[in-house]
Amino acid sequence: MIPAAFEYHRPKDMAGVLSILEEHGDDARVMAGGHSLIPMMKLRMADVPHLIDLQDVGGMSDIEIDADTIRIGAMVTQHDIIDNEALAQAAPILREAALQIADPQVRYMGTVGGNVANGDPGNDMPGLMQCLDATFTVVGPDGERDIAAREFYEAAYMTARGDEEVLTAVTIPVPMGGYAYEKQKRKIGDYATAAAAVQIVKDGGSCVSASIAMTNLSDTPIYSEAAGDALVGTSLDDAAIKAAVAAMLDDIDPTEDNRGPVAFKKHVAGVILRRAIERAWSRA
Amino acid sequence: MSKKQHYKITVNGKEEEFLAEPRELLIYTLRERLNITGPHIGCETSHCGACTVTIDGKSVKSCTMFVAQADGKKITTIEGIGGPDNLHPLQTAFKEHHGLQCGYCTPGMITRAKKLLEENPNPTEAEIRFGMAGNICRCTGYQNIVKSIQAAAAEMNAAKEAAE
Repeated sequence: MIPAAFEYHRPKDMAGVLSILEEHGDDARVMAGGHSLIPMMKLRMADVPHLIDLQDVGGMSDIEIDADTIRIGAMVTQHDIIDNEALAQAAPILREAALQIADPQVRYMGTVGGNVANGDPGNDMPGLMQCLDATFTVVGPDGERDIAAREFYEAAYMTARGDEEVLTAVTIPVPMGGYAYEKQKRKIGDYATAAAAVQIVKDGGSCVSASIAMTNLSDTPIYSEAAGDALVGTSLDDAAIKAAVAAMLDDIDPTEDNRGPVAFKKHVAGVILRRAIERAWSRA
Repeated sequence: MSKKQHYKITVNGKEEEFLAEPRELLIYTLRERLNITGPHIGCETSHCGACTVTIDGKSVKSCTMFVAQADGKKITTIEGIGGPDNLHPLQTAFKEHHGLQCGYCTPGMITRAKKLLEENPNPTEAEIRFGMAGNICRCTGYQNIVKSIQAAAAEMNAAKEAAE
């Protein structure tokens, strides 16, 4: 419950953030909503000699929607995602997923940027962003660069973001067709036993594109290109869905924990993916 | 040991200034420094919501915020919602509909419920249960908490209509 002492920084701009990161290196961490980092600090599982609070850094709380792309600032909260009608029109899967993350209080504070940058495979937004083929913008001492969500996750808590970089925005192509974020969990606020993000485009009764990503079934989120490919060109008959599930099961690598043994997680993953595909298809 | 910093927060309309280490969790600032002991601590993993307060219009678990983050902000706790001589309709409803037993979750419950009703003055039962899902109760089984919030909503809506 009692975190170790730290130096607290609340810079007014990104230049201030980057200079503190540069000065203190591994000893400094940025904090957005604080709802993953503070719990880890309270358990003394995260050691953060220099804490950089991003709340006063402007320019990271906007949701911009145009014809082709949606740009979500890293400090946009889960509550903001749920509350934004235009966003729910443009990309309804975001609201559907956000409503399955944590609880009301956590959603007022927890941010999109923190969720995707955290690197915990339990987080829901990483798989969702892989499904949507999002791009993450990070800024560091050498300026800005973009990293595809599908290339971002390397292992549990290991990402392509450098220690001196800050994730500032998530950009997604406006999604097309039907969608579903289906999550099996033990109770409100739990990370998924298994979850699936699915986005499907239908044309004349046939699937013309499908994107599938899975949450908390490996040490990273899993974008299963093969599972999506198994649906393309089919009318989503039972055989096609079985093929997609089989392809997905080849791509995941769950580990046993108190959410269940490996065989159970694979079973649940199959059930969840089938439900997500069927719901996305019904909305396509 | 990090150095103490000077902080200023407004709690229930009263400005408070003090020195504290930035790592001090807001729940301890409220309880131990300011003697505002309505908000409680029920866990160390940010699940239970017993420490819920309202900060700048958001329901926040004050065990998951450092005092340093709260510097300059306005905070409302159960003590600022109503007291024995001026009960808020939610407090009256929790009493009349038996929405509490041990009372430990109640300050967080009512603080959260107040914000829920501001955002959604006519919630369905499902919306109440979902909107209160960040608050755990050991005693009531939730049923009477739902009834209390429904009753308070009806009361508040009727009062609002009468005033218009």
